[in-house]
Amino acid sequence: MDLVQLQRQLVDYKTSLYNEGFLDEQFTQLQELQDENNPDFVVEVVSLFFEDSERLLNELTKALEQQSVDFKRVDAHVHQLKGSSSSIGAQRVQKVCIAFRNYCEEQNIEGCVKCLQQVRHEYSLVKTKLESMFQLQQQILSAGGSIPM
Amino acid sequence: MVLGNGASSSSLNMKSGEDKVNSNKNLSVLVVDDDPLIRMLHDMHLKKFGLNPQVVEDGKKAVDLFRIGASFDLILMDKEMPVMNGVEATKELRDMGINSMIVGVTSRGLEIEMQDFMESGLDFCFEKPLTPDMITFLLNELNKKNDDDNND
Repeated sequence: MDLVQLQRQLVDYKTSLYNEGFLDEQFTQLQELQDENNPDFVVEVVSLFFEDSERLLNELTKALEQQSVDFKRVDAHVHQLKGSSSSIGAQRVQKVCIAFRNYCEEQNIEGCVKCLQQVRHEYSLVKTKLESMFQLQQQILSAGGSIPM
Repeated sequence: MVLGNGASSSSLNMKSGEDKVNSNKNLSVLVVDDDPLIRMLHDMHLKKFGLNPQVVEDGKKAVDLFRIGASFDLILMDKEMPVMNGVEATKELRDMGINSMIVGVTSRGLEIEMQDFMESGLDFCFEKPLTPDMITFLLNELNKKNDDDNND
């Protein structure tokens, strides 16, 4: 595939991510913060998001497996996940977190477990999509091109 | 914050982009947030304006900095943090007589919660995430405040 095609593919891919609600305006803001002095900023922030999220998802799993669930703790983790997903623009993850917190407030275990499954699912979707996007970007850069914004 | 008699803030807005970045270098900023992602984001946002913030991860660390004599023009304070949260830290700082600009940056959107946070002694409270417009607003307010202080 030639450079122009790759660039077009990237633009289309990004557009679809926004249209399907995987990413929102916050992600755009993130990209705008990147410049020649900080060329890897977006990748760094997103990597941090991946690390954070994976840790939180593990904590949530453990917390919900307890005999007596500590809903305050669960809520605290979800709050963090909501915060970080919102900061990078991972809209679908953020939305599930909102529902998740409501179940925590109601101390509804079934609801929480269901939300955990959902949030894991949304997280892995957005992770895959972002990784694909970064790969495309890398291909373009390797071919000597620049990333269309 | 009250504008003194005859104080005119319009002259401040004539600065060029570069001037703005340079003049901002004299402003000191402290970011207080337990989320490393937010710290990274806010740090970058502020650097774009020529600021070089210090970052700490909880309210106690912020208070300790002031206790050892550090001072900052602007503090961006998260609400929910372990060890000492934003409400407690703000109260503590105000009790210590600190009159730096303290701005709450919180993910909690409920009116009543932002109000509680404001009542602990904040100058302003915003919902996360920080945006360039908010920073511009705060820097303008800071300039006005510094002008007031100088005109006393």
